[in-house]
Amino acid sequence: MRYAMAVDTKKCVGCSDCVVACQTENNVPIGYCRDWITETVDGTYPNVEVELRSERCNHCDNSPCVRCCPTGASHIVDGGIVMVTHNKCIGCGACIQSCPYDARFSHPEGYVDKCTFCSHRVKKGQNTACVSVCPTKCLYFGDLDDPNSDVSIALKNRKYKVLAAEAGTKPQIYFLT
Amino acid sequence: MSNRRDFIKISALGLGGAALAASSYSLVKGSSVFAGPDTRAPFRVQQLKRFPTYCEVCFWKCAGWTYVNEENEIVKIIGNDDDPHCYGRLCPRGTGGIGMYNDEDRLKTPLIRINKGGQPSYKEASWEEALDLIAEKMKEIKSKYGPESFALLKHGTPGSHFEHLFRAYGSDTVGEPAYAQCRGPREVGFSTTFGSWVGSPEPTDIRDTKCLVLIGSHIGENMHNSQVQEMSEAIDKGATIITVDPRLSTAASKSKYWLPIKPSTDIALLMAWIHVLIYDNLYDKDYVEQYTYGFEQLKAHVKNMTPEWAYGITTIKPNVIRETARTMADAAPSAIVHPGRHVTWYGDDTQRSRAVAILNALLGSWGKRGGFYLKEKLGLPKFPHPSYPHPEWSWETLGEKYPLAGMGITTEIIKASIPEMAEHHEVKAWFVAGTNLPKAIPDKALVKKARNSIEFLVVVDTMPMDITKDADVILPECTYLERYDGIRSATNRTPNIALRMPAVEPKYDSKPAWWMAKQLGERLGLGDYFNYNDFSEVLDWQFQQVGTSLDEMQKTGVMNFDRETGSPYIAEGEPYEFNTNTGKIELYSTDLASLGFDPMPVYTAHPEPPYGFYRLIYGRAPMHTFSRTANNPNLTDLKKENSLWVNPKVAKLWDLKTGQYVWLKNQDDVVSSFPIRVRVTERIRWDSVYMVHGFGHTNKKLSRAFGKGVNDTEMITNVMVDPIMGGTGMRGNFITFLTENPGKEVEL
Repeated sequence: MRYAMAVDTKKCVGCSDCVVACQTENNVPIGYCRDWITETVDGTYPNVEVELRSERCNHCDNSPCVRCCPTGASHIVDGGIVMVTHNKCIGCGACIQSCPYDARFSHPEGYVDKCTFCSHRVKKGQNTACVSVCPTKCLYFGDLDDPNSDVSIALKNRKYKVLAAEAGTKPQIYFLT
Repeated sequence: MSNRRDFIKISALGLGGAALAASSYSLVKGSSVFAGPDTRAPFRVQQLKRFPTYCEVCFWKCAGWTYVNEENEIVKIIGNDDDPHCYGRLCPRGTGGIGMYNDEDRLKTPLIRINKGGQPSYKEASWEEALDLIAEKMKEIKSKYGPESFALLKHGTPGSHFEHLFRAYGSDTVGEPAYAQCRGPREVGFSTTFGSWVGSPEPTDIRDTKCLVLIGSHIGENMHNSQVQEMSEAIDKGATIITVDPRLSTAASKSKYWLPIKPSTDIALLMAWIHVLIYDNLYDKDYVEQYTYGFEQLKAHVKNMTPEWAYGITTIKPNVIRETARTMADAAPSAIVHPGRHVTWYGDDTQRSRAVAILNALLGSWGKRGGFYLKEKLGLPKFPHPSYPHPEWSWETLGEKYPLAGMGITTEIIKASIPEMAEHHEVKAWFVAGTNLPKAIPDKALVKKARNSIEFLVVVDTMPMDITKDADVILPECTYLERYDGIRSATNRTPNIALRMPAVEPKYDSKPAWWMAKQLGERLGLGDYFNYNDFSEVLDWQFQQVGTSLDEMQKTGVMNFDRETGSPYIAEGEPYEFNTNTGKIELYSTDLASLGFDPMPVYTAHPEPPYGFYRLIYGRAPMHTFSRTANNPNLTDLKKENSLWVNPKVAKLWDLKTGQYVWLKNQDDVVSSFPIRVRVTERIRWDSVYMVHGFGHTNKKLSRAFGKGVNDTEMITNVMVDPIMGGTGMRGNFITFLTENPGKEVEL
């Protein structure tokens, strides 16, 4: 089993619903976020292209954050989800420095926090909060080992890219282009 | 950290990509102020209870579930799967509606204005005291001037409770900015053509369309939920989107064709499209023959309105005009030229909406799958009450200069409040519920003058908005998550209803609008109109009339019904009578002709920016609604202020940099109260600047919103009034930049 997510940049309108839904589902304090929107603009008026992306932890196969964690708080669970055990985390911030996606942050309660792929929901067979709420249905989540999962079907039918491929972390968030 | 994140994002883009990282949404981690640790237990281990509601953060009214934990705290709001307004997915504002409840700056208790040494100030009051005072004033106004002189200016669900009170009291002097400052022109444009208002939600069959044409309508930035969802579905199904906008809107960035039109020239483009459909024989001949009136007049009217003619006006190339017209015709009748929503632009907006309607008629899209469906709603019997007295004059009298106005014109009610401007009758007091007039009505000086002329102002709101600073009495309304309200029954493909019920007790000393209306009614001797103890009795009675009950609706939240008027689509060749004078779709409007207006749309040139000035265009951000969300802790976390989009060529001329604050000055020398951050971007034309509406709050009690960004409405002093229905065109204002603080005294 290998969980992954695909983000359809042709549909994402950058509304940030994924951000609020994550905050309320996971009790992320206001002022912090586990997912966010990035906008890129390319070209000169009127030949301009805009790409909007919903971004989050890439749950990398080769994850530097897990490797550099001195206490083992950062670890990988079933399905390749990168997790942080809050009471094992000493808040040293090494993982924050090592992440090429800047996906982690220091929670005000003293530990490092990040996207969990809503493992508490996924365990129950539900989708992540961001996928469930997205008004444009531009987010696809599922098991890459299952050829019939939403994410497998999306990746089979579309061109895609990953971010910062050169970092060699084997990220598992794919952007459909 | 944010710099490093930016760098990474740029490198990930490859060559030539100019990255705007998360900071464009004010969401750089760790940079915002933290409000204090959240000590709530992780709620996922708790048993959550859920209560049905429909959203009031905007007015799409999506039905959802409010989840409450064991400590009776609202933890999240999730869409109702059975609801055709949201299909189970709320937008960011609906999801962030929790912030409306949690906002610590909420109005907490009734307030009564007192003058301390000549300076207005407020004292906290009991509900008894505040309601007694209002009732006494209502009686006084009634005996001195007649009940009609007390006007109700409202928006949203609280409005309907007070409208009932006012009708019982004897006043139908009622208006809302949603008409003359927003949707009015398209309702008139479509009803004079098809005999039907567009209404809300718009009956656009977007999910099955093959071609969606958006003219200045930015779906995706306006989060009209089911439309956004259906547009995305249409993209999946390969629909072509054509967007006309001087700005590369989000929708434009998803479009096959983006027509970066010169602002204010839309009618020329629409007429050229009509020309091409007719003269290139692309229109639906059978449909036009069977259902329309005035085709030959239209054909003669547009004879010279060629794409070449329009090119000189719009800057859109003739071949692009022809190609896009052909694209629409190829998709027809599954094509939608969208009516838009906020359409009060240049004062000829009814005529522009007419051109949009005519274009749809030529494509044969009205009443067709993938075009416009024939909407239906469930009629709900009204809870029994004595009939309303007949007022001697009303909103209709005040707006009679505008013969086709279908609702109260707020600006006419405001003018009637100024003795020297009042033409027939004078308005002497206002009751304002759920609308922040200083941000909704252009020409701030006029609003101020009117406010200073009236004798009494009551404001009902959940938040201390700009308008509350001027009130004589302020009543704190509880949020939609803490109250019962009227049943939602809106038009759609199939009739449906939704329930809003309280999930928690009202916070502070706030109360629901139905309770305030009933309390005032009883004090005015109108108790017979409020023959219930709790509004839930009204709801239960109404639900019983349509075969359900409050008990059942509390379990389902939403109920869908079968249509009673047959198919939502007109079958090929099916006889169909339109609700117009001729019974046909009027390409030539007999109503407009008989009133002395152009029976078919005509393009007229509008003023252009003077040297050194730029046209002010405004719009919406997906995480905010008007000015009402600007202090919501969850939503300001996503976007806390607006920015001014400036084309790089203009930025170079003025030496402006992204992130720099500037003040604005308009053509009438009006200077903005606050500065705004510049965003240099290729997404905007060089003759225009753009900002999101609803920022620049002047009430210091809004701790997050006060002084953040510029209020576009403040910069709108040139108002072009639509002679047909009184709409206030607001896109003819031009601004220039002040890089130094002009030291303007802000009216607090």
